[in-house]
Amino acid sequence: MISVGARATERRARERRRPRPIEVRFRTIVSPHQLNSRWGRRIYWAVLLTVLTLSTLAFVFPLYWMVTGAMKSGEELALMPPTLVPRAPTLDAFAEAWELFDIGLLLRNTAFYALGGWLVTMAVDVSAAYALSKLRPALGNVVLGAMLATLMVPPMVVLIPLYVTVSDLGLLNDPWGLWLPAAANGFNIFLLKRFFDSIPKELVEAALIDGAGPLRVLWSVILPVSRPILGVVSIFTIVTSFKDFVWPLLVMTDSDRMTISVGLSQTAGAVPQNTIMAGLVIAGIPTVVVFFFFQRHIMAGLTAGSIKG
Amino acid sequence: MRVLKRNLTAYGFLCAALACFAVFAWYPMVREFVLSFQRTNLVDPPAWVGLDNFAAVVRDPAFGTAWLNTVAFTVLALVCGYAVPFVTALVLNELRHARGYLRFVVYLPVMLPPIVAVLLFRWFFDPGPGLFNQILGLFHLPGLAWLDSSSTALVSLVIVSTWMNMGSATLIYLAALQNIPPELYEAAELDGAGILARIRHVTIPQTRLILMLMLMLQIVATMQVFIEPYMLTGGGPENATVTVAYLMYQFAFTYGDGYGQAGALGMMLMLVLLVFAAFQLRLTRDEREVTA
Repeated sequence: MISVGARATERRARERRRPRPIEVRFRTIVSPHQLNSRWGRRIYWAVLLTVLTLSTLAFVFPLYWMVTGAMKSGEELALMPPTLVPRAPTLDAFAEAWELFDIGLLLRNTAFYALGGWLVTMAVDVSAAYALSKLRPALGNVVLGAMLATLMVPPMVVLIPLYVTVSDLGLLNDPWGLWLPAAANGFNIFLLKRFFDSIPKELVEAALIDGAGPLRVLWSVILPVSRPILGVVSIFTIVTSFKDFVWPLLVMTDSDRMTISVGLSQTAGAVPQNTIMAGLVIAGIPTVVVFFFFQRHIMAGLTAGSIKG
Repeated sequence: MRVLKRNLTAYGFLCAALACFAVFAWYPMVREFVLSFQRTNLVDPPAWVGLDNFAAVVRDPAFGTAWLNTVAFTVLALVCGYAVPFVTALVLNELRHARGYLRFVVYLPVMLPPIVAVLLFRWFFDPGPGLFNQILGLFHLPGLAWLDSSSTALVSLVIVSTWMNMGSATLIYLAALQNIPPELYEAAELDGAGILARIRHVTIPQTRLILMLMLMLQIVATMQVFIEPYMLTGGGPENATVTVAYLMYQFAFTYGDGYGQAGALGMMLMLVLLVFAAFQLRLTRDEREVTA
């Protein structure tokens, strides 16, 4: 007893002298033992510091430069060497950009296209995935296969014929010209169907015995348990539509119907640099905010995307 | 009767999606094929012109250059965009601190609308007060012309493209790395494998499928590059950055009523990309067998 107690005090004393070990919750290439050796720790901290510095310089500094660039005056922007911190930070460029690009209108357009596209996509894709997963019609697998096959077709290749089709239907400069092609998304249907497949049959059958119709089953049984996948698909649909450039560039050509990306691209050539940067900051804020709040969903969707097919 | 009813309800739920796919996904594929043999201005009824479109496309002075540029862009983008994310993911997976921050930061550019990244970098590439030449100046290096010189323009586009796209590949690799069973590393270590040997004999074989799959995906994605040349260089200087997708856009919308030629060029691009897509399909199947 005594010796055990003595050993424990001794151990505690040793631990006090040694720095706290780096906690390892999962094993990777470097073993916990190696990591916590004397040189292992030194190398680890050096690498961590380097990686933090490099990634901040590579990915955060450009954005810092963009935001501060928008706060500098035209004269300050022309200075060589440039100033790291704006001398007299002003938000004038933002007001100017708002006026010049008509950003209020562009943002409203973009938000309207994104939300409308989300509603259409969800209505179309959820009901299709539900039919393919739970109602299982004849030839369902053929239909699913044909939908998934469209994922193999590179989007740039069908861009021109799609444009010709939309133009023939008279959908140019019409939000439906953005929404309907977006709803034909095989990947959404694949993700939703795979999730619906995992919902136990008994749940659906119990509702059917209670006399619920197929629409009622979808609304009150399937959708409430499918929140995670609905979240992932929703966020991806909205963000993709917000970021999209090439298709709105072709379809929404009237200057009062452009999306923010297209609007900025059309005017950017003839505008002072700080005004452009202010426009870019405003255009970048919505998706970054979404990313900030829905990081988990977005990353979950991304890794689900890597095993598509 | 009940079977019929079930099928009817099912197709009722499916009809919206079937209509969308039919009009906006399946029909355009057929239309692409038909279009490449037609001349049309979208107003008058299209006329059949046989192989004229293909001949016109091949005769275009930028045709060969566009393919060379696309291949060069793809190869360069792979050198950066393929190795860099994998190495980044390997390192990030070893770190025990700031993991959330690093993941967030690496993926941040992917979340920005591409136009933001592209216009931001257009400013960085400015040979005068642009950030990149300022940084070179800090190290007393001569400034570059970046987008304005035919020798550096394509590389500049690769830099933008890598910056704004590498985040997703990195996170996908990171997820794959976390799926490697720790026992494999332990076993390798017991067999006396050093760190490099563990990467070679455990990490890479374990992530081989996802590595191959991402290679195919990235080839297909980068061969369609459009927004970078469209916004940054307009294909110049001296056609140094004309890519196939950009040339297609020009046929259709700049040269005037060249939808047929654009379709013909699209068909050629499709044939090339289908080879890679077929590879990808096979790999996905293999992967499903492995994971099943």
